[in-house]
Amino acid sequence: MLRRRKFTEVLFKAVGLCSLALAIGTLALLFGALIVEGASRIDWQFLTSFPSRRATQAGILPALVGSSLIMLVTAVVGIPLGVAAAIYLEEYARRTWLTELIEVTVMNLAGVPSIIFGLLALGLFVYMLGLGASILTAGLTLALLILPVVIVTTREAIRAIPVQIREAAFALGATKWQTVSHHVLPYSSAGILTGIILALSRAIGETAPIVTIGALTFIAFLPPAPFTTEPPFMSFEWLMSPFTVMPIQMFAWVSRPGEDFAGNAAAAGLVLVCMTLAMNGLAIYVRYLMRKRVSW
Amino acid sequence: MNKSLAAVPEVIRISEPVIVEATARRRAQHRREQVIESGLFLAALMSVAATAAILAVLLWESLGFFKAVSLTDFLTDTLWTPLFDDARYGILPLLAGTVVTSLIGLLVAIPVGTVSAIYLSEFASSRLRELIKPALELLGAVPTVVYGYFALLVVTPTLQKLWPDLPGFNMLSPGIVIGIMILPLVISLSEDAMRAVPMVLREGSYATGATRLQTAWRVVVPAATSGLVAAYVLGVSRAVGETMVVAIAAGQNPNLTWNPMEPAATITAYIVQVALGDLPHGSIGYQSIFAAGLVLAVTTFAFNMFGHAMRKRFREVY
Repeated sequence: MLRRRKFTEVLFKAVGLCSLALAIGTLALLFGALIVEGASRIDWQFLTSFPSRRATQAGILPALVGSSLIMLVTAVVGIPLGVAAAIYLEEYARRTWLTELIEVTVMNLAGVPSIIFGLLALGLFVYMLGLGASILTAGLTLALLILPVVIVTTREAIRAIPVQIREAAFALGATKWQTVSHHVLPYSSAGILTGIILALSRAIGETAPIVTIGALTFIAFLPPAPFTTEPPFMSFEWLMSPFTVMPIQMFAWVSRPGEDFAGNAAAAGLVLVCMTLAMNGLAIYVRYLMRKRVSW
Repeated sequence: MNKSLAAVPEVIRISEPVIVEATARRRAQHRREQVIESGLFLAALMSVAATAAILAVLLWESLGFFKAVSLTDFLTDTLWTPLFDDARYGILPLLAGTVVTSLIGLLVAIPVGTVSAIYLSEFASSRLRELIKPALELLGAVPTVVYGYFALLVVTPTLQKLWPDLPGFNMLSPGIVIGIMILPLVISLSEDAMRAVPMVLREGSYATGATRLQTAWRVVVPAATSGLVAAYVLGVSRAVGETMVVAIAAGQNPNLTWNPMEPAATITAYIVQVALGDLPHGSIGYQSIFAAGLVLAVTTFAFNMFGHAMRKRFREVY
C-alpha cells in the first residue's frame, strides 16, 4: 500500500517535470528552429537593406527604423500617462465611484485582445482624426495598449513602499507631491523601470493592431530624418510617415511562399526574439537586483 | 525661513510683509499641488476614455453594418463571404473557427498547466522554482508572430509526418501552439491560487497520514478551485483574442466546420485579412470587421469579468 503510494508520487513528479519540460522545451525548440533556419541569413547586408523581391537581397532596415521610432512615440506618450495614472490611483484617489470605474476599466483594458486596439485606432486615429497609417498612429495605439501594463506594475511598485516613509515626510511638513516626488517615486523607481521595460517589450512584438491600422508591408524608403540642416534643426515630418515594423516584416515573409522567404522570416524572427528576450532579461535582472538591495 | 538661528532676535517680531509673503507662498504651493493632482487625475481618466472610445468606435461602425445586414442573418447564416459578389454575413463560420482553435488550446493548456502548477507549488524546490518562473516569463514574452511562424513551419510539418493528409493550413497546429502560448499565464495564475491555500490545511492532511500527492489532489486543488477556474477562464479569453498564430497557420478561409484537421478562419484572422486588403473606408466590408470585433470584444469582456470575479472570490476566502 505505502509502496504503491510512493510509486504514484514518484510517477506524478515525473509527469510534473515532463509538463514543465514541455513548456521550457518549446521555448528551446522555437529558438532552435529560428537559429537553424535564420542565423545564416543575418549579416550586415540583411540589417541594412530594404525589402526586395529577391529573398537574398532583402533586408530589415525600414523595419528596424520603424520599430525604433514607434517605440519612441509609445514610450513618450504611454509611460508618463501610465505612471501618472498609477500615482493618482495609489496616492491620491479617494474611494469614489469614479475611482472604482477607473480601476475596472484598467483591469478590463488589460484583457482586451490587442486586435481590438487596432480597430479603435483604425476608426479613431486613422479616419476620424485623419492621421492615416502613420508612425504617430501606431505609436499612439501601442501607447494605449501598454497603458494598463504600466499602470498595474507601477502601482505594485508604489504599494511596496511602506506607509511610514510617507508619514515621516508628512511629519516634516512635506506636501503630498513633495512626498511623492522626493520619496515614493525614487524608492520605487527600479520596480517602475521593470514594468516599463516589460511593457515596451510587449509593444515591440505586437503585430495584430499594427496590421489592422493598415501598415504597409513593402517599404523601400526611410521616414524623413528628425534632424535637418536648416533651423529649427528639427522636423516632425517622420511622425506622419508610412512605416513598417519588425513583426510586420516577419509576417509578410512568412505569408510568402518559397524556401528563401521562410529563411528571411526566421532571420527577422530571430532578431525580434533576441530584442524582446533581451528586454525581458534586463527586466528580470533589474528586479533581481532590487530584491537583493531593498529591505524595508 | 532658512536664516540661521543667530540672526533671530530675542523677541521675535513677525512683520506684516513676512506674513503676507508666507501666505502667498503657501497659496502658490497649494495651487501647484492642485494643478498636479488634476493632471494626475486626467491621466488616470485616460483608461476610462480609451474604454469608452473602443465601445463607441465598435458600436458606431457596427451600427452601419447592421443597417445593411439583419441581426438574424448575422447570427444564423452559415456563410461568411463579405468580399464576394454574393456577399453573405453569417458570423457562425468565424465563431466555429475561434471555438475550435481555442478548445484545442485549452486541451493542451489545462492539463499541462495544472500539472505544472501543482508540481511548482507543491513539489518543486524553491531553487527550481526560481529558475523555472523567469523561463516561463520569457515563453510568455515571445511575440505572437513568431509563434505563428512556429505553428506554420515547425508544428504543421511535424504533424504532417503523423497524418500525411493533413493540409498545410489547419486548425490543429495553431490550436496546439495557442495552448503552449497561454501556458505561462495559466501556470502562474494556477500556482498563485494554490500557494494562497493556507499551510494549515496541508498540515492537517499530512497529520492524517496522507502523502504529498494525496494532499495536493484532494486538499489543495479543491481548496483552490475558484482560482484555478479563474486561470482557465482568463486563458480562454487570451486564446479567443489570439490573432497572428491563426492568421498565419489556419488559413484565412471562413469555413463552418468542427473538424480541426481542416483550414478555417477565426474572427481575429478575418479582421487581419480585411485589414491587409484595401477596402474603402465606409464600405460594408470595412464595417464588417467592426461587427466581428464587437463580437470578439463582448466575448472576451464576459470571460474577463467572470475570471476576475472568480479570482476575487478565492482571495476573499483565504
